[in-house]
Amino acid sequence: MAANKLRESASQTAGPFLHIGLTPKAVGIATFMTARGHDITGSLAKGTRIRVEGAVIDGTGSPVKDALLEIWQANAEGNYAHPEGGGPVEEGFRGWGRAITDFETGEWGFDTVKPGPTRGRDQGLQAPHLNLWIVARGINIGLNTRVYFDDEPEANAIDPVLSQIGSPGRRQTLIAQKSDQDGAPLYRFDIRLQGKGETVFFDI
Amino acid sequence: MSKSGDYYMRDRSLHPPAHTPAYKTSVSRSPRYDLISLESSVSEITGPVFGHNDIEPGDNDLIYNHAAADESAIGQRIILHGHVLDEDARPVPNTLVEIWQANASGRYRHKKDSYLAALDPNFGGCGRTLTGADGSYSFRTVKPGAYPWPNGPNDWRPAHIHVSVFGAAWAQRLITQCYFEGDPMIARCPIVQTIPDAGAINGLTAKLDMCATIPFDTLAYRFDVVLRGRRATLFENRPEGS
Repeated sequence: MAANKLRESASQTAGPFLHIGLTPKAVGIATFMTARGHDITGSLAKGTRIRVEGAVIDGTGSPVKDALLEIWQANAEGNYAHPEGGGPVEEGFRGWGRAITDFETGEWGFDTVKPGPTRGRDQGLQAPHLNLWIVARGINIGLNTRVYFDDEPEANAIDPVLSQIGSPGRRQTLIAQKSDQDGAPLYRFDIRLQGKGETVFFDI
Repeated sequence: MSKSGDYYMRDRSLHPPAHTPAYKTSVSRSPRYDLISLESSVSEITGPVFGHNDIEPGDNDLIYNHAAADESAIGQRIILHGHVLDEDARPVPNTLVEIWQANASGRYRHKKDSYLAALDPNFGGCGRTLTGADGSYSFRTVKPGAYPWPNGPNDWRPAHIHVSVFGAAWAQRLITQCYFEGDPMIARCPIVQTIPDAGAINGLTAKLDMCATIPFDTLAYRFDVVLRGRRATLFENRPEGS
């Protein structure tokens, strides 16, 4: 452990009213001129347009209707929009977005492009994945997970993070299931916070 | 000297555990399996980049950003300011800071808040800003009120402002709450007390800052946010040319 000068600020729950600060338009607050987090890719992004959606489900099996999810992803070439992101991205590609779970149904969704493989810690590649972060009332510190794709079996088989998860059943909680909706790829990714089929969460 | 190594592992003893029965909602929303530790990859050492196109002038002024012309929010006028730093006390520049809060009577502008206290038509309750090159940020707002919430038979939240900070990397992402020095509700709050470390609670308590007050106008509180720090590269300490 390094002898840090300061200690990280402690996390606290985002609470039931997180929408006010993070997605104000969702609760009818028009304070800000611009909204953030709707457009992950910009209009020039190459690659396959996809939608990823699911629910957040608590330990009683009920959908969580007051959660917020943030996504962080590479572009189709596997580059993140960041100075250390591996390479250039298309103009307007941010790779970040946020969505709330629906107040009635608990469903969330992101419209984006499928990311490419990204470089791993050493020589290898990481399989295409989305990084997700989940906060809500009752979640004391944001939960980190990853979304992988079920139509990437070869890449998933050698992904260094998936390979770290011993149980095949647990590994499966990180694999989004593909179907088609009006000809566009749709991936289903339910997040189970607790209990049967509990999603793998990471200490990143 | 730039740093390009891993982020320091998060010291989970400073953070609330997931399962904290005194805060009842956590019981069914807390994972039971241990978190799986990841060594940093490009996915964790990068994160969204924000700029001045993401904010508008006045977004950090909650007294006026939702108010009708020539009107302002009701309540104790305060400046909430400080720095976003990392664990090595290095400033975190150009990062997005978002806040939200109840109004001075303890009521949120939210359809799920049914507390009987009055809404203030001139107060929305959200603000945002970017940190400066030195990591500094500042908001003007009103001090939020305490409010009751359904948990125990008579639980009240201390006055608090929710604070969301990005940092330079996904690994630094943090949401926390800012409390106010001297508030007797802090010690009684089941959410504050999910934090197992008294020093960490103190770190979330904004301090009255008389130097930053505006006489005859606005009180000031200082609140610094500390994000995870980062190792140097292997080569950082080697002399030039070796």
